[in-house]
Amino acid sequence: MTLYLWLIPAFPLLGAIFNALIGRRLSRQVISLVAVGAVVASFVVSVIAFFSLLSLPEDARLFHDTLYNWIAVGSFSVNVGLWLDPLSTIMILVITGVGALIHIYAVGYMEHEHDYARFFAAMNLFVFAMLMLVLADNYLLMFLGWEGVGVCSYLLIGYWFNRDNIAVGTDEKFLSPRSSATKAFVVNRIGDFGFTLGIILMFWTFGSLSFDTVFAQAPQMVSVGAPVITIMTLLLLLGATGKSAQIPLFVWLPDAMAGPTPVSALIHAATMVTAGVYMIARSHILYELAPTTLEIVAIIGVLTAFIAATIALVQNDLKRVLAYSTVSQLGYMFFALGVGAFGAGIFHLMTHAFFKALLFLAAGAVMHAMNDIIDMRRLGGLRKIMPITFWTFLIGALALSGFPLFSGFFSKDEILESGYTHGQLLLWVVGLVTALLTALYIFRAVILTFGGTPRWKEGEVVGGQEEHAHDAEKPHGLHPHEPKPIMWIPLVVLAVLAIVGGYIGLPEVIGTSAFAAFVDPVFHQTPIPISPTLEWTLIGISTAAAILGILIAIWLYVRDTKLPARLVSYYPWLYAVFANKYWVDQFYNAVVARPGYWLANAFWMDVDGRVINGLADGLGNLFRRAGQGLRSLQGGYARGYALAMLIGIVVVIAVVVTRL
Amino acid sequence: MLTVTHYTVLSAILFSIGAITVLVRRNPLLMFMGIELMLNAVNLAFVAFSHYLQDMSGQVFVFIVLTVAAAEVAVGLALVVAIFRARDNVDVDEIDSLKG
Amino acid sequence: MDLGAITEAIVFYLFAAISVLAALGVVIARSPVRSALSLAVVFVSLAVMYVLLNAPFLAVAQIMIYAGAVLILFLFVIMVLNPRIDIVGGRPNAQTTAAIIVTLTLVLLLGAILSGGQIAPVTGQFTPEVIAREGHVQIIGNLLFSQFLLPFEIASVLLLIAIVGAMTLAKRDKNETAPTNR
Repeated sequence: MTLYLWLIPAFPLLGAIFNALIGRRLSRQVISLVAVGAVVASFVVSVIAFFSLLSLPEDARLFHDTLYNWIAVGSFSVNVGLWLDPLSTIMILVITGVGALIHIYAVGYMEHEHDYARFFAAMNLFVFAMLMLVLADNYLLMFLGWEGVGVCSYLLIGYWFNRDNIAVGTDEKFLSPRSSATKAFVVNRIGDFGFTLGIILMFWTFGSLSFDTVFAQAPQMVSVGAPVITIMTLLLLLGATGKSAQIPLFVWLPDAMAGPTPVSALIHAATMVTAGVYMIARSHILYELAPTTLEIVAIIGVLTAFIAATIALVQNDLKRVLAYSTVSQLGYMFFALGVGAFGAGIFHLMTHAFFKALLFLAAGAVMHAMNDIIDMRRLGGLRKIMPITFWTFLIGALALSGFPLFSGFFSKDEILESGYTHGQLLLWVVGLVTALLTALYIFRAVILTFGGTPRWKEGEVVGGQEEHAHDAEKPHGLHPHEPKPIMWIPLVVLAVLAIVGGYIGLPEVIGTSAFAAFVDPVFHQTPIPISPTLEWTLIGISTAAAILGILIAIWLYVRDTKLPARLVSYYPWLYAVFANKYWVDQFYNAVVARPGYWLANAFWMDVDGRVINGLADGLGNLFRRAGQGLRSLQGGYARGYALAMLIGIVVVIAVVVTRL
Repeated sequence: MLTVTHYTVLSAILFSIGAITVLVRRNPLLMFMGIELMLNAVNLAFVAFSHYLQDMSGQVFVFIVLTVAAAEVAVGLALVVAIFRARDNVDVDEIDSLKG
Repeated sequence: MDLGAITEAIVFYLFAAISVLAALGVVIARSPVRSALSLAVVFVSLAVMYVLLNAPFLAVAQIMIYAGAVLILFLFVIMVLNPRIDIVGGRPNAQTTAAIIVTLTLVLLLGAILSGGQIAPVTGQFTPEVIAREGHVQIIGNLLFSQFLLPFEIASVLLLIAIVGAMTLAKRDKNETAPTNR
């Protein structure tokens, strides 16, 4: 039992409350100091917790603080408690560490915003909710954090709720921030419905929602593959697909790019979308009892990874490329979980947080420099003008592709290797192809954005006056430049992490994985023995896929720039499938959204308008008329009163007589 | 031969006639007369019971009722005088300013 | 056959009839003065009843107070107010019919109760002999000043209140002039 764990979520919560209530009247310095300071303080306490956890022997690494009894109704009792084991330690380090860097970056990125305090209050609140999610010691408290991050995501995506279309310098029509926020929330809600049902089923089966009770009882009470545990895990999986943007609930993530770039980096790359992965990893005992569900998890993961990669290939908006890339990489994590390699999934979660946040922040620097243009068809040639941004973005891209010696290489390789050794050969092949596509689309992005000749002119007047009102009256011409130190320092730090972050998880042939050792007591995975030859072969194959992807990208976009257009003309239907995102959005719109609107409208107009209003008005009228009717009794007519009295007397006498 | 019942039935008849007077006549003075009639009827019943039960408290009560009736008539008639002097109208039905 | 009993019965029925007819006269008479005089007849016949019931003091008190004071008060007020001849009959409206119906019900009900009921046993000790021996007035006086002292005192206070109240209510405002004869 520690006495300080609660500080970790408390700091951001206090920061959020502070900025929400009185931030408006304070200066930008104070607001940002409070917001950044809160997350940094959380990070410091997390590091302290990490080291004190390390000082314990391996099989006793758990801090379980029960803060107070939250709900006690009959046999249903839920506490507010914090559960710190290696898994949650990694999560809080990532959340607070990467979160702190992003907050620092955001201080520079958002400095021209009017509603400065609201942004940082929501960001801090998000960090609080996410920390509660990963630190909770029972499913209900986790769900509180789960919903909380959903709310904050809504608040932050819809930060520019006044705007209609955020695409600058292009004719592409994206969803407005308000609609995107609603879409994110509603789609998540569907997942949350599954989560809730899962929790209810869990309580009904085990009588409790706390981790220690459920995880201890599950292996004894439920046999492997029993229907109840399969259904329970499937319901929880539905929630995870919503939060982590997997098939079928991934459609909200690309539209979430309508929010400010730091938001995309924090929420939709590093933290919130990883909640689903965390939840499944945390519930591994339950999932290990339901092999069918794990199979489905793996299939969903690989399928999503592949499909998202194909869509990313044809996107023109850099942030959308990164968004689909996130969906795809989350698919890899799900793949890892699905084959039972929970540690590998979490490892990739960590490295992905580093390089994806890096990529988003660098993209934000590009937007900042180019008056908010992020359509790659209008960029180009930025590497000379913004060298730091270019090099850090390149490092992120190499990590994402799984290029050797970068962090992504180690984590992705571990996943693919686990897929192979657990016998999922078909999925392994698809995963390999996806790795190739990943390298391809990200290097396409690198080349289009930073390489070649500029497809813009210095001084060209284009958009941007709304977001960064350097000059509120007149739009100013394009004048790209490197961002301020407060923005590029986090980029550099993340780049370093993207390189060295992988070295704690070396594959067996090369060295020991400190990461795996740290995390193993949580998962108790039995390692599948693999011969060094096989391991080197697998490493070689995945490396080859990555390098091949990079080379194809260079060929298509540097050497023979007419080739992409020619390929599209040879296979127009294939291109159409990718470019229309497999028509999933349209499908959902027709099948779910339209009927939903119709139903809601019917309820509003008819049920609420006619029935309920009629009832309320009718009741009011009834009383009014009754009152008026009764008024006539009081006529001021004295003889009438006397008669009434006499009648009363007669009645009383009659009653008395008949009763006696 | 004569029992209490004779007297009490007579009392009931007189009471009812008094009640009719109050309800039917529109002159306030006549309404008061009806009230006096009712009081007298009740007095008769009391005295009858007192005689047949040989208990004097009935008659004492009648004594008190007599007093109260006299007082009531005094105040009531003064009230009637005051009201009707102000309005110059002797119809009870027309005094309805307390209506709801 | 007891001569006293027969006389008693005859007197009773005679004066019962007189009182009922006079009461009806109160209801029916057109002029208020006539009603008042009928009422006086009722009072007197009731006084006779009291005598029959061996309560001579009350009979005299009845005549003195009711026929003497209350009735005179009524006549004075009738004179002061000078009301026009009251409209009886005319249209028997709903109020009147309802009143008649209800009152008839009342009569029948009471009649039924009273004829069918049982009389409580004799509880007191004031037999007619006792009353004759001690004197009616003395007995009532004794009771008023011993057992019924409180009601007696309150009744006297009530009389005081009535006097003051009547004077206040009937007083003329300074600005008002005396009513002229119309």
